[in-house]
Amino acid sequence: MSTKQWPLWEVFVRSKNGLEHRHFGSLHAADADMALENARDVYTRRNEGVSIWVVESKNITASNPEHNGEMFEPAKDKVYRHPTFYELPDEVKYM
Amino acid sequence: MSEEQIRNLEKQFEERIARDEKIEPKDWMPEKYRQTHIRQMSQHAHSEVVGMLPEGNWITRAPSLRRKVALLAKVQDEAGHGLYLYSATETLGITREEMYEQLHTGKAKYSSIFNYPTVTWADMGAIGWLVDGAAIINQVPLCSTSFGPYARAMVRVCKEESFHQRQGYEIMIKLANGTPEQKEMAQDALNRWWWPSLMMLGPTDAESVHTEQSMKWKLKRKSNDELRQQFIDQTVPQADLIGLTIPDADLKWNEERGSYDFGEIDWDEFWQVVKGHGPMNKERMKARVGAWERGEWVRDAAMAHAEKKAERKEKEAV
Ligand SMILES: [Fe+2]
Ligand SMILES: [Fe+2]
Repeated sequence: MSTKQWPLWEVFVRSKNGLEHRHFGSLHAADADMALENARDVYTRRNEGVSIWVVESKNITASNPEHNGEMFEPAKDKVYRHPTFYELPDEVKYM
Repeated sequence: MSEEQIRNLEKQFEERIARDEKIEPKDWMPEKYRQTHIRQMSQHAHSEVVGMLPEGNWITRAPSLRRKVALLAKVQDEAGHGLYLYSATETLGITREEMYEQLHTGKAKYSSIFNYPTVTWADMGAIGWLVDGAAIINQVPLCSTSFGPYARAMVRVCKEESFHQRQGYEIMIKLANGTPEQKEMAQDALNRWWWPSLMMLGPTDAESVHTEQSMKWKLKRKSNDELRQQFIDQTVPQADLIGLTIPDADLKWNEERGSYDFGEIDWDEFWQVVKGHGPMNKERMKARVGAWERGEWVRDAAMAHAEKKAERKEKEAV
């Protein structure tokens, strides 16, 4: 039995210039170079990408969905952040 | 957590799924949901991986370069499908090693269809056409299943599958229009793969244990028998079109139902193969475990190399 397992990496792919990198999935690889090569073979076999990022999964800090209340609720009652909150006379154009 | 609280959470959870919300890995989920998904998704991944073996058998003997690149690309896709699914399963808290261990020790199952041998080139045609065809019917509904990582993996898988089926059917067309020997070879492959392909869609509804729960969690949208009927209805005309005969004397168009009636499936054979007594069960596991063990020094070497490189980088930085 091998003593060490290859670590897990998260793969982000930009499908074409002008678009953001999007999370595509994950894979195991010994190091970053191998993770990039594997990501190319696993996630871009049909020209799905023009750029790839790989990040070792352990370096990602994720928010906890159980705390979604404290985390995201504060934004919910701030309707004044949206244009529709402001009342304008109908005659006003282009605003 | 009290039982009352858990019941409450479960109720909210089921409601979320009923509203078509997706469940993501870090969300609270009932233990049974987690375990069922680990089981189904890892078995799905195993099937993709073991499924490479019967076709891998013919890559070096493909009759032309065109057929060879296509088959190679298809088998590579299946490796990809296995990888998408393994990593989606890992989000539920099981490691890749545990899953391999379950496969290699026979604790986890994979699709029984891959325990049949591939004895002629026509089998590559029959597998693409029928086995990938049946797989597509099984997989399309999973693109909208409730567990986010599974659904996303399936969207990618389904996009890739249609080429698999078409390349298989194209092989059958060519053979069916070839010499009498070639046509006979195509017919023989159809004869051998037809019934196992029907079995691939799972036991009859009367015998299927998980259906109700699976429907709720959107792991299933139609019953096995419905899927089987769909497969038969769409495949029979494809056989007719190229002059091959479905090996079922009872197959008959039923005007009233708007579907084909078909003969009895040999479920004893199905269960025998599931239990490990199919023609190739031992062979497949031997090949799979052998590949894993023979690859161990490569995995270790890659790790050692990565560590050395990291060390060197650190030294240079000092
Ligand atoms: Fe596949
Ligand atoms: Fe496939």
